[in-house]
Amino acid sequence: MKGRFLINGETWELEFPPEATLLEVLRSNGFTEVKHGCDDGLCGACAVLLNGKPVPSCQVLAATATDQPIVTAQGLGTVHRPHPIQKALAEAGAVQCGFCTPGIVVSTYALLQKTPDPTEEEIRHALDGHICRCTGYVKILEGVRLAAQRWKRAK
Amino acid sequence: MTEFKRVRHSVEKIDAVSLATGAARFTDDFELRDPLYLKILYSPHAHAEIVDLDPSEAEALDGVVAVFYYGNVPRVLHTTAGQGYPEPSPYDTVLFDRKVRFVGDRVAMVAAESPEIAEEALKRIRVTYRVLPAVFDMEEALKPDAPKLHTDDEFAKIPVPYDPSRNLAAEVEFSYGDPARGFAEADFVIEHEYRTPYMSHSALEPHAALAYLDEQGRLVIISSTQVPFHARRITAMVLGIPLRKIRVIKPRIGGGFGGKQEVLLEPLVGLATWRTGRPSRLVLSREEVLFATRTRHEMKIRLKTGVRRKDGAIVALEMDALMNAGAYGSHALTVLTNTGSKTLPLLNKIPHLRFHGRSVYTNLPVGGAYRGYGATQGYFALGQQVDIIARELGMDVLEFYKRWHIREGETSEVFKALGEGREGVEQVIHSCRLDECIDRGAEAIGWYEKRGKRHRPAPHRVRGVGMIAAMQGSAIPEIDMGSAYMKMNDDGSFNLHVGATDLGTGSDTVLAQIAAEVLDIPVDRIIVRSSDTDLTPFDVGAYASSTTYLSGEAVRKCALEIRRQILQVAAEMLQAPAERLSVEEGRAVDPATGQGVSYEEVALYSLYQRNQFQIQATASHIVHESPPPFIAQFAEVEVDLQTGEVAVVHFVSAVDCGTPINPRLVEGQVEGAVLDGITHTLFAEYRFDDKGRPLNLNFEDYKMPTFRDLPKITTIVVDSYEETGPFGAKSVAEIGINGPAPAIANAIYDAIGIRFFEIPITPEKVFRALKAHGILESTP
Repeated sequence: MKGRFLINGETWELEFPPEATLLEVLRSNGFTEVKHGCDDGLCGACAVLLNGKPVPSCQVLAATATDQPIVTAQGLGTVHRPHPIQKALAEAGAVQCGFCTPGIVVSTYALLQKTPDPTEEEIRHALDGHICRCTGYVKILEGVRLAAQRWKRAK
Repeated sequence: MTEFKRVRHSVEKIDAVSLATGAARFTDDFELRDPLYLKILYSPHAHAEIVDLDPSEAEALDGVVAVFYYGNVPRVLHTTAGQGYPEPSPYDTVLFDRKVRFVGDRVAMVAAESPEIAEEALKRIRVTYRVLPAVFDMEEALKPDAPKLHTDDEFAKIPVPYDPSRNLAAEVEFSYGDPARGFAEADFVIEHEYRTPYMSHSALEPHAALAYLDEQGRLVIISSTQVPFHARRITAMVLGIPLRKIRVIKPRIGGGFGGKQEVLLEPLVGLATWRTGRPSRLVLSREEVLFATRTRHEMKIRLKTGVRRKDGAIVALEMDALMNAGAYGSHALTVLTNTGSKTLPLLNKIPHLRFHGRSVYTNLPVGGAYRGYGATQGYFALGQQVDIIARELGMDVLEFYKRWHIREGETSEVFKALGEGREGVEQVIHSCRLDECIDRGAEAIGWYEKRGKRHRPAPHRVRGVGMIAAMQGSAIPEIDMGSAYMKMNDDGSFNLHVGATDLGTGSDTVLAQIAAEVLDIPVDRIIVRSSDTDLTPFDVGAYASSTTYLSGEAVRKCALEIRRQILQVAAEMLQAPAERLSVEEGRAVDPATGQGVSYEEVALYSLYQRNQFQIQATASHIVHESPPPFIAQFAEVEVDLQTGEVAVVHFVSAVDCGTPINPRLVEGQVEGAVLDGITHTLFAEYRFDDKGRPLNLNFEDYKMPTFRDLPKITTIVVDSYEETGPFGAKSVAEIGINGPAPAIANAIYDAIGIRFFEIPITPEKVFRALKAHGILESTP
């Protein structure tokens, strides 16, 4: 079937099988910053913002995600123009293998949009759907705190 | 302390922004034109003979290009262990055998036009199995009448004990002194058995490999591997393709922890592409990663120690390790050896000692390399036994370690006796700040305020503290080799090409820092390319805590040669003797005259102006010792006397890894290792049914911790200076995972006086133990 997807501010007319997940549609169309970690919606690597809310894209049927804004980590920032969240995570040492990072970036964005000055509990709660096997989460917490400070100042 | 400008600084990881934006590419992120999708058919039986396999119905399905199985793939015995040549692991594996030996063993592979067609084709392969008796228990497997797994021509490539007729995948024996006499002289003897289960690395990126033919018809493989050079060599052998026809590229890797030190997928994509000429893609699902890749070896360790009461000396020690290799003997010998060789030298003053280990085949999933590599299982035993001994002596366990641990200038007979598939290497310790690690860790956890105090933050919750000291190694001496190549560009920047394999650890950054330190330039002037068998020089890969210590020294040597060439050109430009010149902030300067030239000027001169040549160098390095990093790890736990739940309140690690080249990355290594250790101490393990089928194959059932489960984790980096390492560095990748299990078990004992000799220490086990000891408190 065909559908119109609003990805990172651009409109894409895409063809996809009816049973395809949003993750499959994104990855097969070059949005490989959305990672495939577990198939079960349990690891958070495939998180994107759908209508501003972080969702595991492997649990979303593509057909239900048409005509709604979708934002991926690339939509927030690029290598040449990283988002302050991406820069803060990098500086804090929160990126080891980096496979979980694009998902954490979009969830952090959603958190800070709503809660610019989150408590540690709020950060933990917002990122609870993300598994990281490398960092032990310590530096990610630092990175999110740093991002919150930076972003507040930049606003 | 030596002053450094580029190392010993927490430089931002050079690929961090690229990864955080999602620009960085992992294996599955590469596009292939018109690829074949590969899917594997796995054995549903723990042990069976394939009487017949009929692929015709699958082959007839529209969109199926090939079905590979024993009928059309030559039987080449090999090991999947990504180790140096000749591998110390037995040659007991073939791509597709007539026999399957665990639930998840490979039976066949389909190559099709889409993943869906490949999946459908798997269902149409008709396999007739003759189910054979299976064995899952290590001791059962050693009995004379046990089913035998390997009964054909399996063999050991090197002369080591290997006897598949007894299900024996490996055996190690070593002793010195006279243990019997030692035990006879001891005032008391303590003997316990410790068990650790099957565990999963579960790197977040599932294993993946792609292949295509380049314009020369060569086979190019992109793979999520820790060992690209071993992957090339083993793939060439298994497929019977000349090695020169194969190129292996390692892109960004989504974690490995040892799970990707295994050549599993490369021969499969290679086979499909080489036979069909088409690109191919094989990406495992999370479930496949859990049941069909590699695991931490299950182990049972009997530890016996004889102790002299007057000074607390351990006068005799016997460690007997029984290891479950699973269905194939990948790393079966070397993990087992490390259980002794990376633990026993820590207490080097034991006069009588014996280590015996056996690695046995069973019809369970295959063990492999896993961060800690046998030492982790060994420390679960040793770390608790020391706590038990110290308590029996009425001695503070911190004092016990300080009294008996190995020190600078000392050695251990174990170093010489136990190597990797051969004798070890004699070595003397040059750097050890373990005492300071113990003191600073104790302070951070509040040891003396908490030990034995059984604080109760709530009426039914009681706290305790426990600790352990441990060591690991840095690379495999006289075996591992790493190398580097550098060249200078017009603008005074440098390409650094290394075979060393950054799998998310940050080794590209660490190596760039080392080169930048030698050349006194900002780290961003170094452009790193790691691991492409066509473009980078050889390196054994990312394992055995080797990259910083081994490949780092290759980079340092290479950069020194670059510096010599820069000074030679600068001498010509400045008309000054090269010996008088030095480098400073990206310039070659003459202290006598104050004159200097920038690297850019040197580069332009050498490339375009006079006596032109490319400033470039290569260097290799092997190590002659494996200096141990040291660590003291402390746990504070809280036990719920009503539910049996154990929470880690605070976990402290104080580590001596020599000079921390990048302190923040060092902390990251320790923190990641600690949380994985806590995970497997308290809740995660593989569970199997009575047919050997794994039961928990997703992140809900194989529980992985998330932000909610994170305890307070403190990491203290204690500098030492290792004279044999680059700028004083040792290793840090593995050591942090050794402490959590014994430290937490010791802390639980401190809280409730109950010992747990088996992990994971689940609430159910604690609940039952509390009940048995009559200290379970009823819920109100």
